[in-house]
Amino acid sequence: MTDRPRSDAGATELDRLIGWLDERTGFAEVARGALRKVFPDHWSFLLGEVALFCYVVLVATGVFLTFFFAADSRPVTYDGPYVPLRGAQVSAAFDSVMRLSFEVRAGLLMRQIHHWAAVVFVAAIVIHVCRIFFTGAFRRPREINWLVGFGILVLALAAGFTGYSLPDDLLSGTGLRIFYSVAEAIPFIGPWFAYLFFGGEFPTVELLGRLYVFHIMLIPALMIGGITVHLAILWIQKHTQYPGGRARETNVVGRHFWPGQVFRSTGLFLLTAAIIAVVGGLVQINPVWVYGPFVPFAVSSPAQPDWYIGWLEGALRLGPNWEPTILGVTIPSLFLPGIVVPTVLFGGFALWPFIEARLSGDHREHHILQWPWQAPARLAIGSAVLTLFVVLTIAGGNDVLAVFLHVGVEELTQTLRILAFVAPLIVAAIAYRLAIERRRRDAEEEQ
Amino acid sequence: MSREPVRRSRVEWLVAALFGLTALAGVGLLLVYVLGGQTQVEGVLLAIALGSLGVGIVLWAQDLMVTPVVVEERHPYGSDPVIAADLDATLDEEAGFTRRRLLVGMLLTALAGLAAALAIPVLSLGPAPGRELFTTAWRPGKRLVGADGTPIRATDIPIDSLVTVFPEGDAGSADSQTLLIRVPPGLLRLDPSRASWAPEGYVAYSKVCTHAGCPVGLYRASERKLICPCHQSTFDVLTGATPVFGPAARALPQLPIRLQDDGTFVADGDFPEPVGPSFWNQTS
Repeated sequence: MTDRPRSDAGATELDRLIGWLDERTGFAEVARGALRKVFPDHWSFLLGEVALFCYVVLVATGVFLTFFFAADSRPVTYDGPYVPLRGAQVSAAFDSVMRLSFEVRAGLLMRQIHHWAAVVFVAAIVIHVCRIFFTGAFRRPREINWLVGFGILVLALAAGFTGYSLPDDLLSGTGLRIFYSVAEAIPFIGPWFAYLFFGGEFPTVELLGRLYVFHIMLIPALMIGGITVHLAILWIQKHTQYPGGRARETNVVGRHFWPGQVFRSTGLFLLTAAIIAVVGGLVQINPVWVYGPFVPFAVSSPAQPDWYIGWLEGALRLGPNWEPTILGVTIPSLFLPGIVVPTVLFGGFALWPFIEARLSGDHREHHILQWPWQAPARLAIGSAVLTLFVVLTIAGGNDVLAVFLHVGVEELTQTLRILAFVAPLIVAAIAYRLAIERRRRDAEEEQ
Repeated sequence: MSREPVRRSRVEWLVAALFGLTALAGVGLLLVYVLGGQTQVEGVLLAIALGSLGVGIVLWAQDLMVTPVVVEERHPYGSDPVIAADLDATLDEEAGFTRRRLLVGMLLTALAGLAAALAIPVLSLGPAPGRELFTTAWRPGKRLVGADGTPIRATDIPIDSLVTVFPEGDAGSADSQTLLIRVPPGLLRLDPSRASWAPEGYVAYSKVCTHAGCPVGLYRASERKLICPCHQSTFDVLTGATPVFGPAARALPQLPIRLQDDGTFVADGDFPEPVGPSFWNQTS
């Protein structure tokens, strides 16, 4: 057994390597099973892959950036090649980002690819989630992977926000100030939580270092764990598939993992990276030298966060100016838009598979996906939430939009306040109606 | 079927050419880097290198590989009931969890105590919020200075303009930042108890927005309104910086100031209320 001759005539180097490994691990059987695994083909199944590939790009470029970035808020005098800021008092962190952008060869390219990859990463996750939601892919037995995916999305948002805050420029400083204020609005423990997280009253010297640890260590480590579990569960449970053809609840119709799927996915990875590379090279993003260094008594206007934070910003902008004091306790105006709205939305999002199972009474296993119109109520609810998301995101840029539309910010804000309630209902009603009609047509055609 | 081999070899040539292009773009990228680097060219070359490799690999998979559609059966997820029951027994009975209630109870107590002790260092991350949430660096007699630390004089501020001021010795302070605004004296309609707080139409308000804490950086002089650029909360300067639009609910706290004989200003005390956004224990 130990010295079974493997070096038959005609054996290639690869054969020999596999033999060597298999004699020590017995992996050949596992690997053969893996390569023969069947995956259904559909373009919408690639969205999650795009997100995964963005994450790879983020790690690769991010490691490069860490070699230059200094998470240090001590003041230094900028004396680099960017003339307008020469002689300005900046933090060592801002200085290191300037050096990375103007003096390190390919540094700006890496920075911009990193930032664009983050933008595309969250977008790919959100579209992937929409696909999962509207096709009912989260139903039993995949509630568990919905929860894991939800965790990854929250981590992605946290990674984006912490990364956006690191350069210590005026825009990111403003974002942190707002984050601190929202943290203070957490019921009762708010100021304690804010002080523990920030290390004291805003702004603190500790903060940058802490954000950095979150951004490059804690969040990525959790994310790698989450992605591993996400993919492992997918692998064990086997992929869902769309109805039609030979697809049944009891089978998987598709192509073998090797070679077709591996090659196609590798190609998709390279194309994703290529598109991010060309955008990162040609389209400027987060030019911190334009915003200038953070000073607590200045603010850049208009100030826009990255797109996936815009809806939170919009909720703050539309929030009512209510601040009741009940029994000697002041409820901050930030509490409703900054704490309640995100908690309700994220809570409903996380628990959706269980909510839907409870409401519909459907606790069976499903491996065949639904077309969105086959579940009209779900389509209506999902469309309403997406519409709210869009209205809030628009509200996050209400000042820019008001200038663009030549209307007053006041009128626009009032309109958006109404739209935040009305538009989701209208869209939900239309979506529901269309789905019912489509379902009826399908039923008629079948007869 | 007879045309098939011709087409295949054409695709093969194309894929080979795409791989060659990747190699060329890679060498080009290297050259650009050695010659000093240029962000846009680097991005385009990198994209060409990655993209043509990607297209090549996809073409290879689509056109040069036989990847038939196959059917695989699913398997049920639940384990054999006998195995599941055995797992249960292995977990429980051999360790004796159900029989030794006392030990399990004390084990959980021990773990809870240990967890509490291990969680305590979290409290080292920051001080407890104390009086500093309620106070700033302003004190009676503190002189008003600009961001560069030089005292502000009444004559520095034309009518209907404003300047950001700090307590002397704390220039640049985040929570003490204050706006000193000059309006025509007759227009102010402050609370009678604050009549002396705004000498000769010079009035001072905290610059920290009471909504989300941004610096209230915009002044619409024609309407005498302060606007926060973050969320557009708008405050009426003439009526004590009361909120007139947007999500802010509280007025910007007013700083009592005195005009000295030498034309500089001093504070007559700290802000009467906490500056910045409200928090739950604000009134305690």
